[in-house]
Amino acid sequence: MKRRTFLLAGLSTGSALFFGWSLLPPRQRLVSETLPDTPGGAIALNGWVTIAPDDTVTVVVPKSEMGQGIHTALAMLMAEELGCSWERVRVEHSPIDKIYGNIAAIVDGLPFTPDQDNALVRGVKWMTAKTMRELGVMMTGGSSSVRDCWMPMREAGASARVSLIAAAAARLGVDADTCHVDQGVVVCGTKRLRFGELVAEAVAHRPSHITLKSAAEFTMLGKSIPRLDSAAKSRGESIFGIDVKQEGLVYAAVAMSPTIGGSPSRFDADAAKRLPGVRAVVALSGSRYGDPAGVAVIADSWWRARQAVHALAVQWNAGPNATLSSATIMQQLRAAAATNDGLPFRAFGDAKAVVGSAPRAVHATYEAPYLAHATMEPMNATVLVRAGRAQVWTGTQVQGFARQAVAHITGVAEQNIDLHQQLLGGGFGRRLDVDYVAQAAAIAVALPGVPVQTIWSREDDMRNDFYRPAAVSQLSAAFDVNGRVTAVTSHSASQAPFKRYSNRVGFLLTEAGPDKTTAEGTWDQPYEFPALYSSHAEIDLPVPVGSWRSVGHSHHGFFVESFIDEMAAEAKQDPAAFRASLLQKHPRALAVLQLAVSKSDWGQPLAPAPDGQRRARGIALHASFASTVAEVAEVSVAQDGTIRVHRVVAAVDCGFPVNPNIIAQQVESAIIYGLSAALYGEITIEAGRVREGNFDAYRPLRISECPVIEAHIVPSMDVPSGIGEPALPPLAPAIANAIFALTGMRLRSLPLRMPKAGSST
Amino acid sequence: MSAREPAEITREMMRDITRSGTPEVALEITLNINGRSAVVAVEPDTPLLWAVRQTLGLTGTKFGCGIATCGACTVHLDGVPTRSCVVPVSAVGGRKIITIEGATGTVAAAVQSAWTSLDVPQCGYCQSGQVMAAIALLNATRAPTDAEIDTAMQGNICRCGSYPRIRAAIHAAAQALG
Repeated sequence: MKRRTFLLAGLSTGSALFFGWSLLPPRQRLVSETLPDTPGGAIALNGWVTIAPDDTVTVVVPKSEMGQGIHTALAMLMAEELGCSWERVRVEHSPIDKIYGNIAAIVDGLPFTPDQDNALVRGVKWMTAKTMRELGVMMTGGSSSVRDCWMPMREAGASARVSLIAAAAARLGVDADTCHVDQGVVVCGTKRLRFGELVAEAVAHRPSHITLKSAAEFTMLGKSIPRLDSAAKSRGESIFGIDVKQEGLVYAAVAMSPTIGGSPSRFDADAAKRLPGVRAVVALSGSRYGDPAGVAVIADSWWRARQAVHALAVQWNAGPNATLSSATIMQQLRAAAATNDGLPFRAFGDAKAVVGSAPRAVHATYEAPYLAHATMEPMNATVLVRAGRAQVWTGTQVQGFARQAVAHITGVAEQNIDLHQQLLGGGFGRRLDVDYVAQAAAIAVALPGVPVQTIWSREDDMRNDFYRPAAVSQLSAAFDVNGRVTAVTSHSASQAPFKRYSNRVGFLLTEAGPDKTTAEGTWDQPYEFPALYSSHAEIDLPVPVGSWRSVGHSHHGFFVESFIDEMAAEAKQDPAAFRASLLQKHPRALAVLQLAVSKSDWGQPLAPAPDGQRRARGIALHASFASTVAEVAEVSVAQDGTIRVHRVVAAVDCGFPVNPNIIAQQVESAIIYGLSAALYGEITIEAGRVREGNFDAYRPLRISECPVIEAHIVPSMDVPSGIGEPALPPLAPAIANAIFALTGMRLRSLPLRMPKAGSST
Repeated sequence: MSAREPAEITREMMRDITRSGTPEVALEITLNINGRSAVVAVEPDTPLLWAVRQTLGLTGTKFGCGIATCGACTVHLDGVPTRSCVVPVSAVGGRKIITIEGATGTVAAAVQSAWTSLDVPQCGYCQSGQVMAAIALLNATRAPTDAEIDTAMQGNICRCGSYPRIRAAIHAAAQALG
């Protein structure tokens, strides 16, 4: 990363801040049409930062904080270039504006591999980026936040710095080149002027060009700066959507169809209305956003609303899906994986023919179930509709779609809706959907002028999710007589989560065409094969599906990396050495593999587990969200078949590590979230209903089951890439591969369960 | 936990409550919370969690599961970590309730300081419960082993995966407390 100078055409007019914001060129991401909030006399120097007279620097953050530490990371990008004092930095959610639209996530969602870099691919990427700038879709997802803000946030900081220096130079009558910034102060020779006393004048000094720091000049980026939110969260002071208070706030509880696609046939509204505190009973028709049909009760406390929902004694029309079950769905997916070739994502070297005529071949079928997100904070939103305006308080990963949903439901124009973004008590992709916001709006419409907070119970939340799709994949590998791989084919079947999502939120750009998330993780990996064929059959099913942390990679990572291990066994090679042999043309991935191998003592003897059982290691490597992660898991199997994961060593290349501590935290997070899914995660459909309703049946990992986790970061000067998700996909296969090393048994279905004695794998 | 029957409830009312599952009459119940006395007018079967969050406005204590499986709602009742989502207010009686807002003293300070310096929280939603469970553990056991940490913290789910740092922070707090 070198110093980069940018010409800011059109920004040098020197006009006052409040003039001409909307006259600026549409493609810039510096200055928004909507002004950031500026309480306490603060002044916005652009759409990303305001500075108050008392030197408080408020970084305007468009990304949702759902645990991933993004507010701290974005504030670091700003502070590095602005040169302010970190102690004076706070963050504030941005308004909705095109400059905050996520470009990185959508460009990364195009079905190209990192190796595909020709004129056509570049053209498509350029056109997509241009379109995304125009659309301005605010989205926190796809592990894209730092990548997406890497340039605009630093440019905004540098621009503000130049303005402050210019203001100081003008006031002192010196050349700006003789001044520099130091911890929130502009220093011109012996004179020192605080940012806070310069900001009002700085507004008039719009820079014509800025120069970003080179990596060698960084003083904050690359350091483990403590998170800005740890203290408040440790004191229970942070406010999530469910904690929002408003004058006259009332609460809603809901009954939603227990059968997917069902609707209420009868309910006793009077019985509910007779109960204390009940204000209204609202029939819910459901909406395009995915909120199901049902009935809501509004009362002066949630507990009263909840009791009144029981009193409704709702009877349901089961609808068309009353016989739907996981068993029949899996049969359907198996049949599709076997017979329906679907859509090819990548094909070269006539891999199918090579496999068909190979002297040696390995074939395997892998399966994964539906998964719920199960964020700790159940879905909720607070909505006030009054006199042609609406206020919304919620935690969402997509502020713009949330506002659109409220507009759609209430009929209030978007520009008359204020969305007050809150902290998210977990996201993992669940809060990319706005069903709960649409539903809360439909409920609030019943009581105009009264703020209504709709809160789902855990059961509501778990049974009305947009699940990680169940999937089946058939993998084949061909070998020549010398045991060298000659071809790999992957053919999978599942629902298309991003296509369904795009349909719900009305995002036309990704509604048609191939859904990359169905097959990601199969055709985009760094391994070199002489021939490859990867295709996916999209199956339409009534079960709602969406983006679950790492999306398609979450199951394809397990399928592909377990199968690579099967190939290594067939080739009679060490699994790490076998992978290395396939990565010779991909030095970054190879370096990640080698780091995991060395840090995990791969190949060295392992002491037995505390219960005396043998331990073994398994390895897996997976590339996703422009990053690569390799993990080595140390596993034992108890006498009763319980799988125990003792230690996971992860090596990651996520580009330049902006904050190594937060990167390590996200690696721990993805591994633990992935471990819950690998060992226990399964949502089952029976008679059209989701069986699991709470944490007793859908079991997350608990502290006693948590392995020791080490995160090792490959030094890199590349542009930062994803870290919220990439450590998840290699976790399950690393465990399954360790179980194979330990027992010779190949577990090809998630969650991982040792077969009962006497049964076959 | 034995439910103490408030004197104001008549036998007839109790029958009604039992039959419908939905009490008809709100009662004024006095709670001893964070060192103060507070009167809440709620149905006696209202879980302490909702009285704390919505009637008293103390939102640090979180709703996670409603069936005492996740620990997000953990408060102290006479020093004992308790899942407030399944304790009816009528059963609390005069016992001292401490929520995260009232967590003070050297142990609480050591826990919260360790939580902050080790960057334990991610989304943070479960952390009030985690911190309350950890304070109770360290009040009872000044230098807990890993096994004792497992036992004490087993009921508190974190979906973000802060477990390794929770363990490290409890050890760090124990060390700071000497």
